[in-house]
Amino acid sequence: MATTDAGIHHASTHVNLKPVVNDMSIQVATVNGSGSQSSNTVLLRSIFQMGVPVSGKNLFPSNIAGLPTWYTIRANKDGYIARKKEIDFLVAMNAETAKEDVLSLASGAAVLYDEPLNLKALRDDLTFYAVPYDKLVGPVCPEAKLRKLVKNMIYVGALARLLEIDMAEIEKAIRKQFAKKVKAANLNLGAVQAGYDYAAATFTKSDPYFIQRMDKTRGKIIIDGNAAAALGCMFAGVTIVSWYPITPSSSLPENLIDYMKRFRIGADGKATFAIVQAEDELAAVGMVVGAGWSGARAMTATSGPGISLMGEFAGLAYYAEVPGVIWDIQRVGPSTGLPTRTAQGDILSTAFLSHGDTKHILLLPSSAEECFTMAQDAFELAEQFQTLVFVMSDLDLAMNNWMADPFKYPEKPIRRGKILDKEDLDRMGGFARYKDVDGDGIPYRTLPGTDHPSAAYFTRGSGHNERSQYSERPDDFENNMARLDRKFETARQFVPRPEVVMNGSEIGILGYGTSHWALIESRDQLRKEYKTETDYLRLRAYPFTSEVHDFIRQHKRVYVVEQNRDAQMLSLLKLDLEPELMTRLRSIAHIHGLPLDARSVTDEIMTMEGK
Amino acid sequence: MASAPPTNPAPKTNRIGLSVLDYKGGKTTLCAGCGHNAISERILEAMYEMGVKPERVAKMSGIGCSSKSPAYFMSRSHSFNTVHGRMPSVATGAILANTSLLNLGVSGDGDTASIGIGQFVHLMRRNVPMIYIIEDNGVYGLTKGQFSATADVGSKLKTGVINDLPALDTCSMAIMLGATFVGRSFSGDKRQLNTMLKAAIAHRGTVMLDVISPCTTFNDHEGSTKSYKYVQEHDEPIQDINFVPAFEDISVEYDAGTTVEVKMHDGSRLHLRKLEENYDPTDRIKAMNRLNESHRTGEVLTGVFYVNTEAPSFVEMLNLTTEPLATLPESVVRPGREVLEQVMEELR
Repeated sequence: MATTDAGIHHASTHVNLKPVVNDMSIQVATVNGSGSQSSNTVLLRSIFQMGVPVSGKNLFPSNIAGLPTWYTIRANKDGYIARKKEIDFLVAMNAETAKEDVLSLASGAAVLYDEPLNLKALRDDLTFYAVPYDKLVGPVCPEAKLRKLVKNMIYVGALARLLEIDMAEIEKAIRKQFAKKVKAANLNLGAVQAGYDYAAATFTKSDPYFIQRMDKTRGKIIIDGNAAAALGCMFAGVTIVSWYPITPSSSLPENLIDYMKRFRIGADGKATFAIVQAEDELAAVGMVVGAGWSGARAMTATSGPGISLMGEFAGLAYYAEVPGVIWDIQRVGPSTGLPTRTAQGDILSTAFLSHGDTKHILLLPSSAEECFTMAQDAFELAEQFQTLVFVMSDLDLAMNNWMADPFKYPEKPIRRGKILDKEDLDRMGGFARYKDVDGDGIPYRTLPGTDHPSAAYFTRGSGHNERSQYSERPDDFENNMARLDRKFETARQFVPRPEVVMNGSEIGILGYGTSHWALIESRDQLRKEYKTETDYLRLRAYPFTSEVHDFIRQHKRVYVVEQNRDAQMLSLLKLDLEPELMTRLRSIAHIHGLPLDARSVTDEIMTMEGK
Repeated sequence: MASAPPTNPAPKTNRIGLSVLDYKGGKTTLCAGCGHNAISERILEAMYEMGVKPERVAKMSGIGCSSKSPAYFMSRSHSFNTVHGRMPSVATGAILANTSLLNLGVSGDGDTASIGIGQFVHLMRRNVPMIYIIEDNGVYGLTKGQFSATADVGSKLKTGVINDLPALDTCSMAIMLGATFVGRSFSGDKRQLNTMLKAAIAHRGTVMLDVISPCTTFNDHEGSTKSYKYVQEHDEPIQDINFVPAFEDISVEYDAGTTVEVKMHDGSRLHLRKLEENYDPTDRIKAMNRLNESHRTGEVLTGVFYVNTEAPSFVEMLNLTTEPLATLPESVVRPGREVLEQVMEELR
């Protein structure tokens, strides 16, 4: 066995390189089902615990075991946690993709690889470190069937040595990862140590990358968007959840099941919630509609194909005015497309989901914090406006680990909207279900079981008058449609307002959801590299609030950045704008299944700016 | 509908002091003679006789002639005319939100056996506590007379088209799938249907009643197996049914050799006097066998085919609190600050 790797003949050039501290992208290329997730989480957590801003993105196939998967950790001292195009440090564990992975690296990157892959011959402008995993794993893992999993901890140890990640932090992360499973934690720690020792004895550090302790993650948490959403729903007081498994939404209800079992069982041992795995998405949304009609805070979670199936019920709920919350964890295209890749491709179809004239409130979370807060906003708005509210998350946000500030306990009380009870009816004598009493388009409703002879009403689709009686009269229909429109207009004043950053530039950038993270970085690139200042508006909801119109009016050119092909949000904006403002919009739309990166946006804006 | 004789000005009331008028609905818009109207009458009667407060009932339906009918009885009950074939999921959600209400679903053969078969299947297997009535006429009425999936092989449309496809037997399916009270009746059999409905009200679990309800406009002619005439001629009641509600504290004598007594959840008793030897309504397998046999013999078998008062309902399986989930207070549904603190600490 060689004591040093082929990197040696580059060493003389590399050691002279300026160290790159807390600014790198580490990519682990493995085979799915090989159990690398724990190792990658430990690596991510260790860097986080050292105070360095970090994100982890899992690029995985639609498969259980055997296909390539890549996990990318980005550590960045400036807090840039969007996907970075370039990989600085590759951990090559997958024979199938190793060659292509290595060939795609930029010059100067480092590669930690499984020795038999013999990758060093491929390039002479990279730094290579070879690890004989199979030889190292035996002594630390006597049980043969566990070796495949434990092997992954060896690269954690080798990386710790090369990047100078504190081994005490690695141990802490492992103890957290394996919680009460002390034996498993010790086994994995042994493997980390073996990797570390091997690297210490064998490698000469020839790449410039280092992790150094800083203080930018103090007090923060690490959580994925679906878990954050689940917590938000629990604290929003959800009582009924129906769902049908679909990637990338399944972990939202699954997290919710765990949380609700822990925190929402009453003193009598009875559940204060019902979670039902439905037979399909039609039934999932049907249960939400039934429960919402009956007065419960009800929700489902799905993705694009499920949204399509929910179309008919979305129309019924819109016209019958039934509250409910639907999480759309967006992913790429139809079922056998790229179901495990991220996208913002359901904006238009969801905004107008169903038949006839329908339009729905959409909330657009960018972060784990907003998954938590918008869960509460969604239930409040759904009951206030007696309609479905869609929360448009995406796979990147939902399934990847994000740093977040600790969530704040909701300060506002739960409000159930305009509901009349027995006492109200005693006083009023009766009510008209679909009458606009307050001029805001929002009618009053009663719940089934209200103990008053005038409480009941007959619920149906569009063909009803103010008193909820069957009607096919043109004036009844028109009046009702106008009121529904008024209700939607009222919603503009109550949905979450956008985040706006004004620097007096004539260029505006408008984005939403996870694109936010690339846009923060892109705006800095534009400023630093091109001396181009930009203003920024991050949409947080549809219908658009007045700030959105103002922002477009105040800028000569507004780049609308989104992760789809057809500029869906831009199209939605056009429907809302005066004609002279429409021409100010420019589309930057990317869809390839990968989270948006800053460089692509920067380059495209500069091209369109003619620079 | 029974009305008070003119000699007695005081309106007759039920055990909770309501008159039949308190159970009335809107004026029907279905065709004259439609079986569905008779079923609406029987439902109204059964609710009145059982003393169910209309405000404690939620009426659910899908789409079709049958699904319009909840507008024609019990206007003091909330009602939801949902979408085609998907009433079971809406009903399930409504029930979970408020388990204290009596949920009555009205569907049709198209709404159940074709577009709705998926949701029907899963409603049955969950044993969701509700009464699910199929107003079964073998045709699509609102779209003018196409066959449904309960039409029998050989049955003829008005246009002369013969049905070649086997009928789905919703009763046999319901028993197989897990419904716990399954029967078939005929809109023209007042007594049998009234009794079955009262027993259904007393049951806690999925009640599935397939009620043959001839369509006078599209399927009541010679050659149809769902016409009044055909059903009257082929109706084979499997038992003579008697129902003794819990609130009527009377002892009824019956012969244990010929009559099966079923104790319902609320203490009511259902007496099923066998018209067929060896028929045991607590034996699923035999029930399904007998139904399958009737397909061969061409009998229109009616009666309570299967009843099981032991199986847990979906509400019990979910271990739900007895208070309606819909109106649980914030103090119950929003965990305290310390819970959020604890979770945040775990994520640090």
